[in-house]
Amino acid sequence: MSTTPAADRAGAVKAVTRNRLFWPAAVLAVLLVANLAFTPDFFAVRLQGGHLYGSLIDILHFGAPLILVSLGMTLVIATGGIDLSVGSTVAIAGALACLHISESTDPGGLGTVLTALGIALGAAVLLGAVNGLLVARAGVQPIIATLILMVAGRGVAQLITDGQIITVTSDPYKLIGGGYWLTVPFAVLLAAAVVLAAVLLTRSTALGLLLESVGGNPVASRLVGIRATRLIALVYVFSALCAALAGLMVSSNVSAADGNNAGLWIELDAILAVVLGGTSLNGGRFSIGGTVLGALIIQTLATTVYTIGVPPETTLVFKAFVVIAVCLVQSPVFRAKLAARGSRVRRTTDRPYVAAPTDREVGA
Amino acid sequence: MSKRAAAALVAGAMVAVLTACGSGGTGSAGKGSGHKLVVGFSQVGAESGWRTANTKSIQESAKKAGVELKFSDAQQKQENQIKAIRSFIQQKVDVIAFSPVVESGWDTVLKEAKDAHIPVILTDRSVDSKDESLYVSFLGSDFVEEGKKAGDWLVKEYASAAGPVNIVQLEGTTGSAPANDRKSGFADVVKADPKFKVVASQTGDFTRAKGKEVMQAFLKSQPKIDVLYAHNDDMALGAIQAIEEAGKKPGSDIKIVSVDGVKDAFTAMSQGKINYDVECNPLLGDQLMDLAKKVKAGEQVPRRIKTEEGTFTPDQATAALPNRQY
Repeated sequence: MSTTPAADRAGAVKAVTRNRLFWPAAVLAVLLVANLAFTPDFFAVRLQGGHLYGSLIDILHFGAPLILVSLGMTLVIATGGIDLSVGSTVAIAGALACLHISESTDPGGLGTVLTALGIALGAAVLLGAVNGLLVARAGVQPIIATLILMVAGRGVAQLITDGQIITVTSDPYKLIGGGYWLTVPFAVLLAAAVVLAAVLLTRSTALGLLLESVGGNPVASRLVGIRATRLIALVYVFSALCAALAGLMVSSNVSAADGNNAGLWIELDAILAVVLGGTSLNGGRFSIGGTVLGALIIQTLATTVYTIGVPPETTLVFKAFVVIAVCLVQSPVFRAKLAARGSRVRRTTDRPYVAAPTDREVGA
Repeated sequence: MSKRAAAALVAGAMVAVLTACGSGGTGSAGKGSGHKLVVGFSQVGAESGWRTANTKSIQESAKKAGVELKFSDAQQKQENQIKAIRSFIQQKVDVIAFSPVVESGWDTVLKEAKDAHIPVILTDRSVDSKDESLYVSFLGSDFVEEGKKAGDWLVKEYASAAGPVNIVQLEGTTGSAPANDRKSGFADVVKADPKFKVVASQTGDFTRAKGKEVMQAFLKSQPKIDVLYAHNDDMALGAIQAIEEAGKKPGSDIKIVSVDGVKDAFTAMSQGKINYDVECNPLLGDQLMDLAKKVKAGEQVPRRIKTEEGTFTPDQATAALPNRQY
């Protein structure tokens, strides 16, 4: 091969930028570095009271529930569906667990907490199964099927909490979302374990391929003999389970269940995380790693808003601009257009006798 | 023959009984409207513990005052409230009271009530109608005053301190009346002295989870925080956890002043974690029933009535804790 070192390097750069995780990772890095400009010790992590303490830890810690919800959402979206009910599931899971603990005679007991977890996760399986059956068996469009639970579920959560905020004092329960294990927030470890399990399950077995195939072309999948019905029902159950775990984390972190506000609009953040991570909403190919990066981008953005002091009235505009920029940067079509324009400008500067069109200069 | 007569007799007796019943019925109903006041109340919903306490207070006060209460829950939708008010008008209640879900869009239905000569009382939240004759009175908290009370305490607490006093603020839901007013009331008081500096202010959406999240970021981005001012207790409770995780002592390392006065906050105060709490009282049932009776009797009532609200120091909170209902 007679390639020059320069061409080699260009090839390597291309290989890196072509990686689907490159752009989300680059955006996350830019956001983090931007924070450094405002908060010099943004990257500083120290031990405080026997656990790690720092902004990066906060991002991971508060991002953990979103990572879990987005993970479930990724698999649902891979099958060409969508799950709007995750926010309500978050609220219901937290409410059920806290209600059980607050009513028990031994709120600090391990048995009580395990039962509470069992109730919450059990309810999630039920809710997920309802979604799954509606979509896979009854053939209801996913957005409608899960919209039912999104609207009704919030009411169910309020019914469970009786409109009140249930406060619990239970050390074992506190561990899930607010505790630390080996100096690391337990929620981060839990989320990492679930993500790892999902990656192994989808990538080391044929499961991931089957999901992509069902999402990419349902008819062809059925013709080659994939049992799509069961598979689709399963991803909704998985999504609900992830949401319930997130709900346990959220309520455990503040030791209280808030039926009105827990997980409010998290479904939209989760969908955004999936999209930022490079998974198409049309179904088919999915990227769990991308989703994790997407969720971290969203959480970093939230932390950025707090640390650099964006006024609350303009927070949403600020976030919107960042998200638009991120989506544009990730769009291959947009990048191609930008590159074409850039090379055209370069060509015109190579030939100084051709006056560059002024409007183009302004545009670039 | 005798059979027929007996049948006629029975029929006649029945008619007599029926008319007696009828007249008895109208008689007692007439008496009822004369003595028993009928109030139609349309509540926002059951979105928070504060609101639930508000509902309970109104229902219990009505029972205590011998008022017949027609209660309707709007589930946070304006159209439900408008429907409820129209049904109150049809039922010819004596007084209509409601907590408007939103501020605008009430003119038509309130005009209908006015045409039916039914006085309207607003509770807790106001409407922004140009026609002031559409309601007789507005009974509720003064959020600006609450912010001022929080500021007053701070000025007194740091009267002898040299400063600067760095304050972080957890705001309520952006754009909501309590968030706007509590912010401006507080700012009005503390701006008089340049040593008070609000170094960071962010919305915590009135929730614990957000309050904690925002406070954690504040603790890392602000080198020195002396005071936390939270627009409600839930955010303060979340922030307390963040402060503790940062290895600081809420109440002494960082002083905390908050608004609402819910039970969980009183518990925190009894542990010395909140320094001052301004009450926002949901228990306006008694005042509402008094007001309704006065309005019905044709008495002149003030257009703006503030709910009776206090402030709490940790000692007062500890004392009040066992009797706190919400």
